[in-house]
Amino acid sequence: MFLKLLPVLIIMLALVSIVLFLIPNETLVKYMGEGSGIKGWVTAALIGSIALIPGFIAYPLCGILIDNGVAYSVIAVFITTLMMTGFLTLPVEAKFFGWKVSVIRNLVSLAAALFIGLIMGFFL
Amino acid sequence: MKTLKKYIFPIVFLILIGLSYLFDFAAGKQVGNNFWMFFKEMILFLPLMFILIGLFDVWVPREKTEQHIGSESGWKGTGLVILLATLQAGPLYGAFPFAYILWKKGCSIKNIFIYLGAFSTIKIPMITFEIGFLGLKFSLLRTLITLPVFVLIGYLMEWYLKDKDFEVKQP
Repeated sequence: MFLKLLPVLIIMLALVSIVLFLIPNETLVKYMGEGSGIKGWVTAALIGSIALIPGFIAYPLCGILIDNGVAYSVIAVFITTLMMTGFLTLPVEAKFFGWKVSVIRNLVSLAAALFIGLIMGFFL
Repeated sequence: MKTLKKYIFPIVFLILIGLSYLFDFAAGKQVGNNFWMFFKEMILFLPLMFILIGLFDVWVPREKTEQHIGSESGWKGTGLVILLATLQAGPLYGAFPFAYILWKKGCSIKNIFIYLGAFSTIKIPMITFEIGFLGLKFSLLRTLITLPVFVLIGYLMEWYLKDKDFEVKQP
């Protein structure tokens, strides 16, 4: 099972590495920073959904964003989509759950992330 | 031939990264560093996951799984999968093979998706890390709000999939 997954996993990791390189932190701050409003939410959800990023990368990255003035609610959306939804990881997910279910799970998780951000916005 | 085709992209990618280091090409080196970071994580966690899967497969009988986290297991079952998921570490794609073994052993659809939700967003080994970077208030709030949301996703997925031929496949 591991060896069968390996090529797909490597392709996925390679693509994630390239995307991470193409989107530097300054760009994230620019689009999600203070006064970005709805644009910040959309950016957080879109970029967060590209790939499944594990917590040990997501947390420090979000720490930098908060220090640069990104709102907590936007961070909540970003972090949740980073960890729960990944369109680049879909081919791996589809091997287990099939395409339809994987796409549905990702879309539902995306909606959930926006909802979590909304609630977080009330508290912080 | 088919195997070769599957590996062609990874091989080309690795050659390009290698050349970047050789010729000191900054962009390529940075992509290479990112890749190495993810690859290390995969190589560290995936074998552990597969050992865990193997042990689970051999040691835990189907009746026990069905009884504790199957369709009749109720809140206790949900609590159990959440506990299981939050204690494990690693990226979400590492949870897919474990979800397969849970499914094979009779775990309910609801609990499979709750497991994936908990695995991706709440990790006991990671919580101190999150607090360090994002603060106690944010981390606690996020955990408390996220928990009911993905339990709800589990119910939604089960409601949607229960009379469709849903299965978790072995790749």
